[in-house]
Amino acid sequence: MSVFSLAASRTFRGVSLKIPRMLFSLLPNDGYSITNLHSKIIIWPQSHSANTTRLLSSQPLNQKIPKVATWEPVPEDQLPPPAHIPADLVDKLERLALVDFRTKQGLACLEEAIRFADQLHVVDTTGVEPMDSVLEDRVLYLREDAVMEGDCAEKLLQLSKSTVEEYFVAPPGNIPLPKREERTAMLKNSEF
Amino acid sequence: MAASCVAASELLNNIKQISVLCPKASYAVRAVSTSSPQCHAQLPQRARSAPQQLVGVVGLEIHAQINSSTKLFSGAPVRFSAPPNSLVSFFDASLPGTLPVLNKRCVEAAVMTGLALNCAINRKSLFDRKHYFYADLPAGYQITQQRLPIAVDGVLTYSLLGGKKRNQVMRKNVTIKQIQLEQDSGKSLHDDVRSQTLIDLNRAGVGLMELVMEPDMSCGEEAAAAVRELQLILQALGTCQGNMSEGQLRVDANVSVHRPGEPLGVRTEVKNINSIRYLARAIDYEIQRQIDVLQRGGTVQNETRAYDSKSGETLPMRDKEGLQDYRFMPEPNLPPLILYEDNASLPTGIDACQVVVVQKIKEGLPELPSVKRDRLVQTYGILPEHSFTLVNEDGLVDYFEAVLKATKKEPRKVIGWVTNELLGHLKQQDMSVCQSPISPSALAELLELQETGHISSSVAKQVFQEMWRSPGKTALQITQEQDLGLVSDTAQLHSICQKVVDSHPDEVHAIRSGNKKVLNKLMGLVQKETKGRADPVLVRAILQKKTS
Repeated sequence: MSVFSLAASRTFRGVSLKIPRMLFSLLPNDGYSITNLHSKIIIWPQSHSANTTRLLSSQPLNQKIPKVATWEPVPEDQLPPPAHIPADLVDKLERLALVDFRTKQGLACLEEAIRFADQLHVVDTTGVEPMDSVLEDRVLYLREDAVMEGDCAEKLLQLSKSTVEEYFVAPPGNIPLPKREERTAMLKNSEF
Repeated sequence: MAASCVAASELLNNIKQISVLCPKASYAVRAVSTSSPQCHAQLPQRARSAPQQLVGVVGLEIHAQINSSTKLFSGAPVRFSAPPNSLVSFFDASLPGTLPVLNKRCVEAAVMTGLALNCAINRKSLFDRKHYFYADLPAGYQITQQRLPIAVDGVLTYSLLGGKKRNQVMRKNVTIKQIQLEQDSGKSLHDDVRSQTLIDLNRAGVGLMELVMEPDMSCGEEAAAAVRELQLILQALGTCQGNMSEGQLRVDANVSVHRPGEPLGVRTEVKNINSIRYLARAIDYEIQRQIDVLQRGGTVQNETRAYDSKSGETLPMRDKEGLQDYRFMPEPNLPPLILYEDNASLPTGIDACQVVVVQKIKEGLPELPSVKRDRLVQTYGILPEHSFTLVNEDGLVDYFEAVLKATKKEPRKVIGWVTNELLGHLKQQDMSVCQSPISPSALAELLELQETGHISSSVAKQVFQEMWRSPGKTALQITQEQDLGLVSDTAQLHSICQKVVDSHPDEVHAIRSGNKKVLNKLMGLVQKETKGRADPVLVRAILQKKTS
């Protein structure tokens, strides 16, 4: 049995207990149960943990956190009509992004996700510039035009499966994505 | 490293050049004449077509490789030829965990180009990702500026030599929609023998300026003149070396045809154009092809075609699967690029080498070609078309000015020699000015001889030819060797003129009865006698006296 630290029960606030190994054998039940612990054994914590006071999330110490949930689901009438994804759009997305919406479940999942994102339409964004990323108010660093990198051909070529005389080898053109029927046949025997 | 270079070049010799991979188009291609149709002249009338003729509409997309030491987003060097994959950093190979770091020199180059083309420079510009799959784009996307580029709304003013004698300078404008910074992709060498493509990432990540032009042009000649002007501007600024054959300036043409007043027709994109001459030919061929297709009742397809310089035709390219959807998205790793107007608007405490100030760049702009042309016309009093020819040819302005320094002759007289004689000979043998066998001082000496009356102008041309054939011999030497000095001895001239007058009584009679033009025939005879060495002014005077 390993030594473990207990989360404090209600009577012992903010204090972590360490139960020495030998005492486990005295417990009538499995050491993980702490129901009767506080009444039977009083172990004082080690000195180093007396200085730390851990805040419990259930205690209302942090006023920013509301006690009960405050969000409400957006009513359906405020949302735009649900987006239906036609089959050719699905094929096009699969070809462009190389993701697989193989089953009807995948498609249903996508439509649900779109529906969830539709809730953003409720927010009024007139006059507000769209945000690209949280870093958009940072200063873009401008580098001086001096050579710092390069000349690591051997290292890069080692990463490739096939190389010819310091060139990377690729197929003659883009290999088109196989059609849906062929794909299901190909993936039937794979682990995906 | 050296051994692998040799091996690689041997390998390259066995691999075909990047060639058009698909078989010739199925429709019969009509042979097109090599002379380009004069676009300011009327197109030939077709028998059964509508009253209005189809005219071409050409828009250009130009990618100019920025002349910097390192790439746009990584610190790897930029060089034209180097062992394959030796100028590649981890970011260029898009290994995971690498991030782009913008090159200040590339930003300055783009701002300089924008200012030279009268663009509005956007104080804030954003970077985006353009996604497409190809083996020479390891990341699967290219960082470009599509939403908010660095410069917009500019004008490129170029001049065409037109008119009947090609000596009228016509000024035209092309609107530049935007200038944006973007990454270059790697180079792919197609090996058809082994059915594979070899990828070299040396070029991947190099900074490019993409100049998008509105479709304001109507034929190959205009497009060629516009690109030449742009080449001169970029070379003067030093932002791009403008060498089309080395791939530093890549031009793709969007060509369509329509009847004036009607909406624009379906456009095709023409790629693989390696020089300005091929650009004009490719565009003219494509316009003609589209006109033929429409007049046979077919429709032009929106496709990408490659120009084959050997046959002079455009052929459809394979590997373009329908209309591409690039799924543009903002680049999350790069905050917006902020440019400052002048030093006064800089926020306090900012590092000076971290900012690009537009005012400073504007003040540091070198002399642009159009300004240079006007200056030459002002300083030397030469005609605009001559100054146009001077600036158009690399090194010719310096040659001209060197000749002027060494001779007292008037610039207007020298210019004819430089633009007609010298340039004509250079073009005939496809040489550049720096390869000219006649140095500026030698030409100056020849002109001095002519000016001081030692030789006549026709003899001067002869001596020029001789100097061209045997470089190293001075004009004086040749004149003395071949005894081409002007004959100004009046007694000798008198006797020769008398001989001619006596042997042609009919002509003398014609002159006396009023036909003065016959005098020229007599002059020609005298010149033949003296082997062209007689002073024409004296001969004319003597003959006139004798025949009056």
